[in-house]
Amino acid sequence: MAFINLKDKILQAKIVYYGPGRCGKTTNLEYIYNKCRLQVHSEMVTVKTQGDRTLFFDFFPFDMGKINGYEVKIQLYTVPGQVKYNSTRRLVLKGVDGVVFVADSAAERRDKNVISLRNLEENLALYNKNIYEIPLVIQYNKRDLAKQGVEVLDVETMEKDINSRLKAPSFEASAVEGGNVVLTLKKIIYETMASLEKELKQEQAK
Amino acid sequence: MMLGKEQLEKIHNTLTENLIGSGVKSVILIDTAGNVIASIDNANTALDIYSLAALAAANFGAMSCMAKIVGEDEFSLLFHKGEKENIYFSKVSEDFLLVNIFDNQISLGFLRLKMSKVIEELVAVLVK
Repeated sequence: MAFINLKDKILQAKIVYYGPGRCGKTTNLEYIYNKCRLQVHSEMVTVKTQGDRTLFFDFFPFDMGKINGYEVKIQLYTVPGQVKYNSTRRLVLKGVDGVVFVADSAAERRDKNVISLRNLEENLALYNKNIYEIPLVIQYNKRDLAKQGVEVLDVETMEKDINSRLKAPSFEASAVEGGNVVLTLKKIIYETMASLEKELKQEQAK
Repeated sequence: MMLGKEQLEKIHNTLTENLIGSGVKSVILIDTAGNVIASIDNANTALDIYSLAALAAANFGAMSCMAKIVGEDEFSLLFHKGEKENIYFSKVSEDFLLVNIFDNQISLGFLRLKMSKVIEELVAVLVK
């Protein structure tokens, strides 16, 4: 649920990075945090386990500057990917305006991607949100694994597994190297803002 | 969710008069998604309100889930006591939460007394 402050002309929207455990959600946010310092004015919050796995979420607000006279703040979150943390994953999704689904390109993680996507659909439904309607961008992460000799799924297979029905915008990426991380972010922000604008127009027409 | 100038000014006045005026150092009205609706402080307090809002919303959500697990609808008192600073959460409605940061110069009891009036006034603005 985005919030629009008409007095100070501030818009806040929430974008969540979702995906299976160890797919690179936190790495995406860390890359953005380190590369876009001019647009991040606070520390990155991470709630993680002693083993350095995300326990609850990572978070920082990303300042987009002014769009149509409004100061736009994008609240970037990750969810914990591990299956056992579904209750906290649900909490982070509350009020979500846009989702980046980060899929793991490693062939051995193929099933985990599909399970996580199904879990996203179920958890969105709890908040009366439809995975086919919410702004969604899919990122095929860890393309760099091929260079290390790890078997990587080809993009056509991943598209078929994940995106054949969703038809969401998708990108190949490498969060550790930074490849297409910012492009993924730009796309989900664009999709989210377009969706909010549409919602706003519908509200005003009522 | 959209709030206009008049609504936000009413919220600002309520929080300033009743809470900041009573010694609360910083008060943040947030929604349960973690957005900052309004934030007021005593001018001597600089906090990272966006991070605090994200954590407070998550903490409140986690507490609500824990309450349900032990058979409660919700916990009525959400209070974290520090050596110098304390945080008190008040549920305003299903969608809104008030985060109060105060030191040991005012008591939790006093704050809770103030809160019923504040919540009544906030609900009048936020919940239609």
